[in-house]
Amino acid sequence: MKKTIITVVGKDTVGIIAKVCTYLAENNVNILDISQTIVQGYFNMMMVTDATQSPKSGAEIAEELEKLGEQIGVSIRCQHEDIFNMMHRI
Amino acid sequence: MINIFEVSETNKMITQENLDVRTITLGISLLDCITDDLDKLNEAIYRKITTVAKDLVSTGAEIEREYGIPIVNKRISVTPIALVGGSACHSSEDFVTIARTLDRAAKEVGVNFLGGYSALVSKGMTQADEFLIRSIPQALSQTERVCSSINVGSTKCGIDMDAVRLLGEMILQTAELTKEQDSLGCAKLVVFCNAPDDNPFMAGAFHGVTEGDAVINVGVSGPGVVKHALEEVRGADFETLCETIKKTAFKVTRVGQLVAQEASRRLGIPFGIIDLSLAPTPAVGDSVADILCEIGLEHAGAPGTTTALALLNDQVKKGGVMASSYVGGLSGAFIPVSEDQGMIDAVQAGALTLEKLEAMTCVCSVGLDMIAIPGSTSASTISGIIADEMAIGMVNQKTTAVRLIPVIGKDVGDMVEFGGLLGYAPIMPVNSFSCEAFVSRRGRIPAPIHSFKN
Repeated sequence: MKKTIITVVGKDTVGIIAKVCTYLAENNVNILDISQTIVQGYFNMMMVTDATQSPKSGAEIAEELEKLGEQIGVSIRCQHEDIFNMMHRI
Repeated sequence: MINIFEVSETNKMITQENLDVRTITLGISLLDCITDDLDKLNEAIYRKITTVAKDLVSTGAEIEREYGIPIVNKRISVTPIALVGGSACHSSEDFVTIARTLDRAAKEVGVNFLGGYSALVSKGMTQADEFLIRSIPQALSQTERVCSSINVGSTKCGIDMDAVRLLGEMILQTAELTKEQDSLGCAKLVVFCNAPDDNPFMAGAFHGVTEGDAVINVGVSGPGVVKHALEEVRGADFETLCETIKKTAFKVTRVGQLVAQEASRRLGIPFGIIDLSLAPTPAVGDSVADILCEIGLEHAGAPGTTTALALLNDQVKKGGVMASSYVGGLSGAFIPVSEDQGMIDAVQAGALTLEKLEAMTCVCSVGLDMIAIPGSTSASTISGIIADEMAIGMVNQKTTAVRLIPVIGKDVGDMVEFGGLLGYAPIMPVNSFSCEAFVSRRGRIPAPIHSFKN
């Protein structure tokens, strides 16, 4: 299964998770795992998601999430998990 | 499963430390275009490039978006044109028409550079090779994206000094014809010894005759990532230093391997090699010289520089080799002057000279790269500098190269601005004693004794 890693980094504010999750639900992206921390007031979240059932391509989702991030003042990156697997696993 | 720390480490490398894939270079063989009719040849070349490479730029952009890793350049290399045009071109002007065709094809498919306006003359020049070399000043001044490289020597064959002498003149003519742009034409011309067939980096990329019909080669980068990793081990012993470089090079190269495999799969073109290079850019924090400083030098060029560079180069290779299934190209650390902010600073501080750069090329991946010299430098002096660099490559069985820019109308103390990835550079002084009588000798230098390994 092709997994997509979504990371959200930025100043903590109300409703970040809600907005990201709403977008994912609307686009039929399933969330498999969430980890989240706040370091010195900065919100840091990683989601492991399954976007294989989404009608949109990975690139489209990445672009739309980036725009959503701009609206709520955080940086959202959406990347294929393989870039992390390649770098951190032999 | 991947954890949040690993994810943020990777993303920090990309967003803060300039980790990127420097280039996806699509090598295209033009051997099947050969004909004795110049018009038909030009048409066949244009058609082949624009057909094979039509999806290169869009595929690169797709991979970039999906994996969130910047791919800075998408480029093309082709079979050395002296071979392709040999039977159709009866003059230097004929070869220039091919350069214009290549430029048109590069613009059509949207790549920023196309390499392979080249000749391989390590033992001698054919008539076609000589026409091509003599056409370089016109070709590079009349085109924007075409890059030229000439291999004038090898460990197996020796050095063709007739070609070295001719190139000294051609470099000056190219500078003269492009003097309105600070002699920019010379930034697109590389003279090689032991040129690899599969180098993805410009300006020296060409698609060697040993290659298949089309191939994807990828060049990685990441000086900023190595520099940052070394900041964490400041003052540690050499073992720690080397291990840190090795592990970082491994991670950087793995990203290149992933991008190469994906590009190969999506384009339906075989994967060739990963070039494990630390390639700097003029951007702050993307400098090989800064790594040397982090290792412990006040400036690149200080005593100890050659050792630090040797160590860096070796560890980059050791880390990178395991990360990729096929490694090739130039693989190592690049030390261009104008494309590296730390090198520019070192020259301006008076720490780095042409002679020290020459010593550094004995242990790094390529050679005297992107060095601006006074426009008044004589052709024979340029040939002499080339010959010295070629001798280092020939005797040490490594690739060396020269990309000098004699800037017409400028002298030591002036600055030149090439723009973009090519950066800017202070003009460096050149040893003013003559080598005219040496360079004027005809013929070639025999292969060194250790080339006879049979």
